[in-house]
Amino acid sequence: MARKLLLKNDHIAGINTLDVYQQHQGYEALKKALTMKSEDIVSEVQKSGLRGRGGAGFPTGMKWSFIAKPEGVPRYLVCNADESEPGTFKDRYLMEYHPHILIEGMIISCFALGANTGYIFIRGEYMFVLRKLEIALEEARKAGLLGKNILGSGFDCDIFVSPGAGAYICGEETALLEALEGKRGNPRMKPPFPAVKGLYQCPTVVNNVETLAAVVPILEMGGEEYAKIGIGKSTGTKLMSASGNINKPGVYEVEMGLTMQEFIYSDEYLGGIKNGKQLKACIPGGSSMPILPAYLVTKTINHEDRLLTYESINDGGFASGSMLGSGGFMIFDEDQCIVRNTWNLSRFYHHESCGQCSPCREGTGWLEKILYRIENGQAQMDDIDTLFKVQKGIDGNTICPLGEAAAWPVAAALRHFRDEFVWHVENPDLAQKQNYGLAKYAEMRPKPEPQPTN
Amino acid sequence: MEKIKVNSSPPFSFNEENLLEAKRILAMYPEDRSKSALLRLLHIAQKQNNGFCSVGVMDYIADFLKIKPIEVYEVATFYTMYHLKPLGKHVFEFCQTATCATVGVEKIIDYTCNKLGIGIGETTHDGLFSIKTVECLGACGYAPMMQLGEDYVEHLTESKIDELIQNLRNQENG
Amino acid sequence: MSDTLKVTIDGQSIQVPMGTSILEAARMIGGKLVPPAMCYYKPLKGSGGKCRTCLVAVTQGSEKDPRPMPKLVPSCSTSVMDGMVVESAISERVTEARQSVTEFLLINHPLDCPVCDQAGECKLQDLSFEHGKSFTNYKEERRDNEPDDLGDKIKLNVNRCILCYRCVYAAEQLCGTRDHGVLYRGDHAEISTMIEKSLDSDFIGNVIDVCPVGALTDKTFRFRSRIWFTEQWNAHRSCDKCCGKVVLHKIDGQIARVSARKNEWDEVEEWICDTCRFDKKENEDWTIESKRVPKSKSVQTLNKYSDNSQSVYVKVEGLGSERPKELE
Ligand SMILES: Cc1cc2nc3c(=O)[nH]c(=O)nc-3n(C[C@H](O)[C@H](O)[C@H](O)COP(=O)(O)O)c2cc1C
Ligand code: SF4
Ligand code: SF4
Ligand code: FES
Ligand code: FES
Repeated sequence: MARKLLLKNDHIAGINTLDVYQQHQGYEALKKALTMKSEDIVSEVQKSGLRGRGGAGFPTGMKWSFIAKPEGVPRYLVCNADESEPGTFKDRYLMEYHPHILIEGMIISCFALGANTGYIFIRGEYMFVLRKLEIALEEARKAGLLGKNILGSGFDCDIFVSPGAGAYICGEETALLEALEGKRGNPRMKPPFPAVKGLYQCPTVVNNVETLAAVVPILEMGGEEYAKIGIGKSTGTKLMSASGNINKPGVYEVEMGLTMQEFIYSDEYLGGIKNGKQLKACIPGGSSMPILPAYLVTKTINHEDRLLTYESINDGGFASGSMLGSGGFMIFDEDQCIVRNTWNLSRFYHHESCGQCSPCREGTGWLEKILYRIENGQAQMDDIDTLFKVQKGIDGNTICPLGEAAAWPVAAALRHFRDEFVWHVENPDLAQKQNYGLAKYAEMRPKPEPQPTN
Repeated sequence: MEKIKVNSSPPFSFNEENLLEAKRILAMYPEDRSKSALLRLLHIAQKQNNGFCSVGVMDYIADFLKIKPIEVYEVATFYTMYHLKPLGKHVFEFCQTATCATVGVEKIIDYTCNKLGIGIGETTHDGLFSIKTVECLGACGYAPMMQLGEDYVEHLTESKIDELIQNLRNQENG
Repeated sequence: MSDTLKVTIDGQSIQVPMGTSILEAARMIGGKLVPPAMCYYKPLKGSGGKCRTCLVAVTQGSEKDPRPMPKLVPSCSTSVMDGMVVESAISERVTEARQSVTEFLLINHPLDCPVCDQAGECKLQDLSFEHGKSFTNYKEERRDNEPDDLGDKIKLNVNRCILCYRCVYAAEQLCGTRDHGVLYRGDHAEISTMIEKSLDSDFIGNVIDVCPVGALTDKTFRFRSRIWFTEQWNAHRSCDKCCGKVVLHKIDGQIARVSARKNEWDEVEEWICDTCRFDKKENEDWTIESKRVPKSKSVQTLNKYSDNSQSVYVKVEGLGSERPKELE
């Protein structure tokens, strides 16, 4: 059995309550932390190699070290529990069943950052999770783990939950801060970064739920031990939320470095493709990440095993790789239509654009409309080129990365599945009735010639 | 955009229980930052107002937080969970995104529409049910799914829909 | 450390004070390298960053850290660093991006220039003339909403709006109160008051002047006509609310419209009040100063319309839309 850190107590009934959590070493890490110097906690997190689990994979310890410390200005810690990236549902699992590990992680992080207030910004649809979190927070408050003078340490800290109300863009950290201030979720221009001017224009760190929870095992075992799990710059464990045409969808904690082969096909994890079908494609890190055709899922372009690490999934760059992102792992079998799926995602991004900047506001709608016509047999061949051109016009030209999130899935689908798009245009009637199927997307291709390096 | 006449919306105010809740929520934010409570207060007010975020509701909240009404309108129209038109008592909000679509939510939506005799975005004549489509709700591993009130209903099947509708109707009659 | 920073744009160097944006630096140099700006408006705090027409490439970040910036950056909201090297008009990448952005701004635009009051002084016309392409692959339906009134003085046509947010900042910063804003989101976002309401404040008329397109226009504009048939005069009156310094737009010697005076970047020099703008339409209300030659370079001053009123218009109509329809 692989090692578990966040979900190690997953089998214990009542672990969501403070009593049971404390019976299993709960809040021991906090007690340890409160005896340490805050710089030392930051340096443990730096040593652990922990990288942000919200999507971008930015080193957490480094992010913490950037926080500005002007005299007399409060600092804030904000937990990003917006979790709206299609395919991602791990944070919900953690908050619903293990609320105290998040709370403990947040108190430690607040202490390390010198923040006296933490907010958990949770998507509005998770109101039932919000209520569970508030119960857990109240338990902690009553036990003196939150509030004034925590456990006699002299450190004051409180944590509150604040809901969104239906907007994917509020997962973007600056849009989240706007929402938390009671405004429209329009991302802010950067710089200034939240570490300098964040919530209420005060220095703020925004971290994902899983990132903050991981601070607990890091403190328990020490940063160096944590860094021993995994490979290279991908340390520790990662929660993967797996869905789609697989036998065992759900949330899994994996050690970084697990092979894709084992993750998808072993019974310990996803248990293979459902109904004995074949794998056609996989989006490994949430819907904004490039989709991979079957032959690039378990192997890289150089026929090496693909592993669940930031680097291995990215192997080959955009040409033949993808990104680990949020760990929203989506599997598509041979019966799925890539054009339809791409249209579905484009519709999503069009719906979720905040509308502030013109390339995203106008471009996402344009993408959706073209894809709709291709899917429904009303397109011409030049529409495929327009599609490519429009996504290129968005990519990199927007205020926030939602522009890229909308452009990449289209670019990747065109890169790997262009023949399926062409087939749709050439056979509009047939495409309404049947599916392009697996085609040659699972066939291994010869290794590319090694490129001269320099 | 259709303009709403000012006086067409009945005034709204929090009931006693919600007033207490609102005060608890205000205490979470720094005193001069009470606007932060806006999103949560709108949720609470909308719920009290039978799931409808009317102009009366928005104007009340603006007054409550001492902000301009337009600041509330801007927010209420940005977020999809605020319903600017009245809906049925029970709203079936089907996730139509990625995985849910992959595992066949469309069939379930069609089935439900047929069964209730309404289309997406419509409400049954008795005002009991509305059907809406929404985007990924973070339950992809348990797809197809929908949100019903504050709860999630996951692993949807046609018989589960039958059962659910029957139960809700029974609740209403007895 | 010196107080001024050196920046090089398209090969031309200039020393600028700390905190200057790339766009402002470019304007100091002047000429073709000045990026177009549809949302940034110097007099309005917080404006800029949204339209993305002013994108430039930073090929050297600064003297200290010479790495180039990977993405194009909005010049209006990126500060100059010492030793920064910027490519604007000479960069193919920038030209391409501006073309895309221009096309994005036009795909939902009604292209109804022949019936638009702004025609001739519209920044979107200028933009598509200078940075656009003459065709589009856009085949989808365009947004189509009814024009709307913000009270009896200001007309709103949301189809023409490019969501630059200037009018929102103007109301917020000039009027002290704000009754209109951006509602909804994505490409449904629109300027509105939500409930039926007229905008009411002594300075709200300035939203007409800051609007880069014909989305907000003056309903008191008499003898509706093409703006390039008017003569412009600098004039003033003594006013207890504002500076009283305006531009009169006259047709056949009669005042058709009153607006604020604008600099060469089409930014208002001094705000004027609604009394001056809407209520003083008689020649005896004003003391004429001089005939005015607009300072900004636009299709209006290119004299395109009076001699050959087709050329710009054809350019825009070439975008392949249905025939512009008559409003009203
Ligand atoms: C459009 C968009 C949506 C995002 N959604 C989320 C989200 O739902 N949850 C999350 O944790 N991070 C999300 N992110 C990433 C955050 O901006 C930010 O990088 C993250 O919260 C940082 O935390 P981390 O360093 O712990 O990962 C999103 C980013 C973008 C651009
Ligand atoms: S990229 Fe899209 S979501 Fe991000 S700021 Fe621009 S319009 Fe808003
Ligand atoms: S109405 Fe004019 S000023 Fe206001 S946002 Fe639209 S284009 Fe900008
Ligand atoms: S795709 Fe339906 S819940 Fe995520
Ligand atoms: S002028 Fe710079 S982004 Fe609009």
